Amino acid sequence: MKKLNKYLPYIVLVVLFIWHSVLYAQQQRFPRPEFESGYTFPTHQFLNQRGPMWEFMDVAVLIGALLVTSWLALKKRSRQGLIWMSVFSLAYFGFYREGCICAIGSVQNMSMALFNDSYAMPLPALLFFTIPLLFALFSGRVFCAGVCPLGAIQELTGFRKVRVPQSVERVLAVIPFVYLGLAVLFAATESQFLICRYDPFVGIFRIDAPYTMIIFGSLLLITGIFVNRPYCRYLCPYGVLQNIFSRFSIRHLTISPAECRNCRLCETGCPYDAILQADPATYVEKPAEPKKKSLVYLIAIPVLAAGFALVLYNLAPSLSVVNNNVKLAREIRLEKEQGIKAVSKGAIAFFESGRTEEQLFEKEQQVIARFRKGAPWVGIFLGLSFGIGFFRLTVRNIRTIYEPDRGRCYSCGKCYKFCPVKINN
Amino acid sequence: MPERLIVQLSYLIKMEEDKSKSGTRREFVRTAGKLLMAVPVLALPVILARKTDAKGFVWQIDPYKCTSCELCKSSCVMTPSAVKCTNAFPMCGYCDFCPGFLRQGAKTYDTSAENQLCPTGAIVRKFVEEPYFEYTIDEKLCDGCSKCVKGCADFGNGSLYLQIMHNLCVNCNQCAIARVCPSDAVIRVQSEEPYMRKELKKS
Repeated sequence: MKKLNKYLPYIVLVVLFIWHSVLYAQQQRFPRPEFESGYTFPTHQFLNQRGPMWEFMDVAVLIGALLVTSWLALKKRSRQGLIWMSVFSLAYFGFYREGCICAIGSVQNMSMALFNDSYAMPLPALLFFTIPLLFALFSGRVFCAGVCPLGAIQELTGFRKVRVPQSVERVLAVIPFVYLGLAVLFAATESQFLICRYDPFVGIFRIDAPYTMIIFGSLLLITGIFVNRPYCRYLCPYGVLQNIFSRFSIRHLTISPAECRNCRLCETGCPYDAILQADPATYVEKPAEPKKKSLVYLIAIPVLAAGFALVLYNLAPSLSVVNNNVKLAREIRLEKEQGIKAVSKGAIAFFESGRTEEQLFEKEQQVIARFRKGAPWVGIFLGLSFGIGFFRLTVRNIRTIYEPDRGRCYSCGKCYKFCPVKINN
Repeated sequence: MPERLIVQLSYLIKMEEDKSKSGTRREFVRTAGKLLMAVPVLALPVILARKTDAKGFVWQIDPYKCTSCELCKSSCVMTPSAVKCTNAFPMCGYCDFCPGFLRQGAKTYDTSAENQLCPTGAIVRKFVEEPYFEYTIDEKLCDGCSKCVKGCADFGNGSLYLQIMHNLCVNCNQCAIARVCPSDAVIRVQSEEPYMRKELKKS
């Protein structure tokens, strides 16, 4: 007995060793052969992508293109030049860089980096996000005019000009705000990169895409022949930011090179209805009535914000379905409670992985909690945007000249040719 | 005609009055707005300074999480997929009967097409010495379907595994494969170390 006690540690050690080698052998079912012919393992060469230097090259091209476009739109006033700029951007950012890296998508990287500690934003993405906005503050939406490849492809295919009724335009212009809000929320919760997933033209840039993307992109392009720039106007989430920033721009494209003479020739010149018309000389404002109205709308702004926050807070659990974990948890719960077999690849992988249901449901609750936290802010953003939008309808100054609406004007320069005023240098 | 002239003149006078009255207020709102807009844009890089990485990320498959579900083949935005099979030679058993190379239930064990597991014939079998054979992947033919990966993992050493080839990958903002990957095996990795090599696991 004493002897056994003495040897027990060694026996245990031997058993453990054998057990370990059994485990090892299981992992390595067929032992590595001992070659006699002097064979050596080939080393697999993994190829790298193009270096990070090139990404900063993209940033340099972006800045250069923005500078040239600003000069063309504001100073040179050359529509032809802007068209060439669009061709260049489409060729470089579109077909050569295949639509990535783009400012529109960088909104999501920013959101993800802000709200997740595990993710650091790549510097080029940050620059692609901020530089066009800075340019919007200085010279309006020049990024949309000739640098954005998505804008460029639509600019170059907008042959006809069908004007959309203002009521329809205003309602459709709401979509980008919702799109932006949701995209930021989904990226912040690490659920989806909505904008990249539904990028309509990246398939055309790569000449390779799922058929749904091709159909969506082609439909948009065909629509764009008549209703110009449909993506920019009714979908683009980055356009929302450009719109807001451009309203406060220091300088902006003007329709007339010198003084506007109110000749009304440019009235129908803009395909986006972004020309604000001068008031007729007989226009008289009745001050009392609008003042009361605008006060009501001013009070409505916080009410709307609170209302939207409440709605979005309650929508949060339904929105969280875009997260894969929540989707999987729902499927598993459905199987448990109603006996509907979970057959998706995700469910099969989940059963194989050995994660417990408790872990999954806990993860689901975490994701829903994050959505609950973030969704009200999206609601506040939407409420404020719509509230201010309504309020702006009630206040306006008497306009004495024809000028572009700084928010909605893409600085495309189509209006230049309608202005009869010419300056001789 | 004179009435019209009077209306226009009065309008011009009113305009001037308006300018002096509300011009400054409007100007103030505009400047305040500019500053309000500029502050977050300028502050953003500062806020994100700690969370910015000059090198950035690339996508890669963690071979130990991969369940070879075949979604890599169809989900990639590239056609054929940027995901390719690769062989970890130090792990490979150099089997004569390679479960990654030969189809299960094959009548004869030879290299004829009907016996091969790989639908594109991308696995190249080369004799080394009796009874060992070297298996390499012709990446031009491989479409990342992972049939061989599953075969090797189920019946062999698991030396065949999938990797995203960065000379082909366009590094989408969100990888289309990562979105559908059922086992969350497609992850962001630092771009200095873009590959996750499968090596002998000692434990």
